[in-house]
Amino acid sequence: MLTLALNVNGSARTGDVRDPAEPLLFVLRNQLGLTGPKYGCGLGQCGACTVLIDGEAVRSCVLPVGTVQRRAITTIEGLGTEAKPHPVQAAFIHEQAAQCGYCANGMVMTATALLAKNPRATRDDAKQALAGNLCRCGTHQRILDAVVRATGVKA
Amino acid sequence: MNAALASLARRDFLKIAGALVVGFSFNANAFAQQVQGADKSIGKTLDVTEVDGFLAVNADGSVTIYCGKVDLGQGLRIAIPQMAAEELGCAVDRITMVEGDTALTPDQGPTAGSTGIMRGGVQIRQAAATAREALIGLAAEKLGKPRAELEIVDNQVRPKSGGAGVRVGDLVGDKRFGIKVDAKAPLKDPSTYTVVGKSLPRPDVPGKVTGRHKFVHDVVVDGMLHGAVLRPPTIGGSLVDVDEASIRAIPGARVVRIKDFLAVVAGSEWDAMQAARALKARWTGGGALVGDAGVRAWMKAGRFESDESLVKKGDAKAAMAGSARRLSAEYYWPMQSHASMGPSCAIADVRDGKATIWSASQATHRFRMTISRLLGIPPAGVRVIYFDGAGCYGMNGHDDAAADAALLSRAVGKPVRVQWTRQDELGWDPKGPPQLLAMEGALGDDGKIAAWRTEMWLPKATASLPNMPLLGPESAGMSQTQGITTGLITQNGNPPYTVAHQDVVVHWLKDAPLRPSNLRAPGKIANGFAVESFTDELAAAAGRDALDFRLAGLSDPRGIEVVKRAAALIDWRARPSPGPGGIGRGIAYLHYKNNETYVAMAMEVEVDRSSGAIRVRRVGCAHDCGLVINPDGLKQQIEGQILQTLSRTLHEEVRFDRAHVTSVDFASYPILRFPEVPQIAIDLVVRPMEPPLGGGEAASTPVPAALANAVFDASGARLRTVPFTPDRVRAAFG
Repeated sequence: MLTLALNVNGSARTGDVRDPAEPLLFVLRNQLGLTGPKYGCGLGQCGACTVLIDGEAVRSCVLPVGTVQRRAITTIEGLGTEAKPHPVQAAFIHEQAAQCGYCANGMVMTATALLAKNPRATRDDAKQALAGNLCRCGTHQRILDAVVRATGVKA
Repeated sequence: MNAALASLARRDFLKIAGALVVGFSFNANAFAQQVQGADKSIGKTLDVTEVDGFLAVNADGSVTIYCGKVDLGQGLRIAIPQMAAEELGCAVDRITMVEGDTALTPDQGPTAGSTGIMRGGVQIRQAAATAREALIGLAAEKLGKPRAELEIVDNQVRPKSGGAGVRVGDLVGDKRFGIKVDAKAPLKDPSTYTVVGKSLPRPDVPGKVTGRHKFVHDVVVDGMLHGAVLRPPTIGGSLVDVDEASIRAIPGARVVRIKDFLAVVAGSEWDAMQAARALKARWTGGGALVGDAGVRAWMKAGRFESDESLVKKGDAKAAMAGSARRLSAEYYWPMQSHASMGPSCAIADVRDGKATIWSASQATHRFRMTISRLLGIPPAGVRVIYFDGAGCYGMNGHDDAAADAALLSRAVGKPVRVQWTRQDELGWDPKGPPQLLAMEGALGDDGKIAAWRTEMWLPKATASLPNMPLLGPESAGMSQTQGITTGLITQNGNPPYTVAHQDVVVHWLKDAPLRPSNLRAPGKIANGFAVESFTDELAAAAGRDALDFRLAGLSDPRGIEVVKRAAALIDWRARPSPGPGGIGRGIAYLHYKNNETYVAMAMEVEVDRSSGAIRVRRVGCAHDCGLVINPDGLKQQIEGQILQTLSRTLHEEVRFDRAHVTSVDFASYPILRFPEVPQIAIDLVVRPMEPPLGGGEAASTPVPAALANAVFDASGARLRTVPFTPDRVRAAFG
């Protein structure tokens, strides 16, 4: 077993892995109890597993945990809570932008990364930023509404 | 006062909750139920004829609803509490709803067929109305006031004229009603509704967007192991031998083999996945599948079970022969996957002659019987607990994964979690069946439809098929229960317009190319595609505007209303199709199942002549499902159906060769992406005095025809085969 030092949501955490190639996603979910990031494809194709690494939206299902020591990992749990949601999460709640909600993690995290870089992102910017995030229930329109709402710019 | 209420007034019916609890304990677990503390009520009645089956008033005045239908993401978690709150006079946020737990909730049938509110909600509403009458009876005695002078507001029974009331928690408080649901208990007058009809937010959305909501994938059971199942490389193949040494490098990983059922179990999820990849096994046989390219011809050639006449009016054959203006066309809908965003997952704990299953099953009670039969454990020893899955639009792999987990747990004597991979899900989920429809129509001298004939080729309901049963037990050689059906896939094969002479027949095929199941609005999306595209072909042949042509054939005012309103949403202007080119518009209408929701859809599209690419610009949907419980929730369902069905129509077809499914990821099985999302406008026709009908399926059904009709209007190309890939569009230009 290897013990890896991880910086997750501003706290020092450790993960014990047999195989440093184990994707970060499984360490977050199964060792650190951070089940917000979801397993959708294991191929980096759907976005359900998205986390922020040093502020960049990254697919944790294909990211070996051995490569992210000393990097700042932010999961959806690190943004806000049900009682005190992050502004992006508050916008998603306002727009009721989730049906089954399995993809919501990736949508929130990708939108958060977008708005950190481009606080005045437009609906079209959001469509492009989210082009690699899949949703099966068809909540796209509300997710776009939520991103625009989170900019604080009236559409 | 009826007898039940009379006995109620005596107050002697209330039984202490604990006294009724039957002494049966399930395997202890800290995280058994989504709703904390719900397990304390195990032993309560599950009887659908008892008020206590559906609801409990707690001592603190809060209310617990026990709902056999489950929230799959469609919003029942708010809509059903709204229906109950309205009748009970209690605040919605004082209601907790327990869903789909066979130890706690009555069997209200599967959450399928768009019946969550129209059947499940209506049942609970009646129980709530009965409970309200009972509470008023109790309060009348306590306050010494006539019943007629009392009402329930804010969880308190009080005189309408004002003055001191009594809290409902003090009237019942953790005890049972002990009365039957009274079918005659009066329902509130919809004109006085204060909760139903309001767009209240869904209680699970904050948890879902902050990563706190627990999905079945997130459930952890004490001491659980992780399992992964290896399917044969060729569908139907058998296992020759397995090299157990090939996973020796993974500590704790072990092989479980039951005949052709081959799996690995390990201490961690990643180790289980790695072991499944590393395990060397030899397989033989199976295959000889028809392949996706051959399905259509295979259906026509058949191995037929029977023919069935679905609609017969007048004499279509004679009317057809007597018309000079006849048209015929054939439409094809391919096999499609549920493509849920998360692969199926389940946990099973099968020990000591008992089984507990945590599953995203849309039919926990039905699945409990399946598990009971498979494992040989009496139903009383089996508990299936619903936790949210990753979207459910029919039977995806959820029951298969749960059966896998059950077999593994029984084999190793510990709880086992099975997480399918993406390749498992797209490769092995039971598929929406293929549908082939041949249409024939004739126009009369008046320019209206004089005769109509629909001929369908469909796989017979899966109950009679050899390959429906669950995958794990099938490979383990276990005797299987009958499969579920593909749903009522023949409905809406008839035109929704006045046609004096019509025939609708189906040729039932004995088998299906791949294991089929029900997929959202089963059958009716393809049937609507064929019927409403062909209606458009007839309108074009008659030189008539597509909207006028439809209105001329409609007499039901609710149908007329949605058609007109949908057209208005995209500023429809009357003219025959095709139009001048570039941008086109189309419309389609369905009366769901011929007796439920009315829905019409209008679409505006742009077709790129050089690439064949379709861009959907605007979608307008008018929808009438009678009483609307939560308008925003309904709108979200409609938005979802529009986008999901656009995805199915534009992109989706399961690819398979002679051995297996080859479209096993989102590159080979693409679904709709954000840049393709059109503007959507929804117009809800609200009819509070009408019964509530389903909102989870109907709006899917006019999508493909509205799209195909708009493409025809824009380009003159008539698309009759799904998906509408650029190659197909270019080919249709001729």
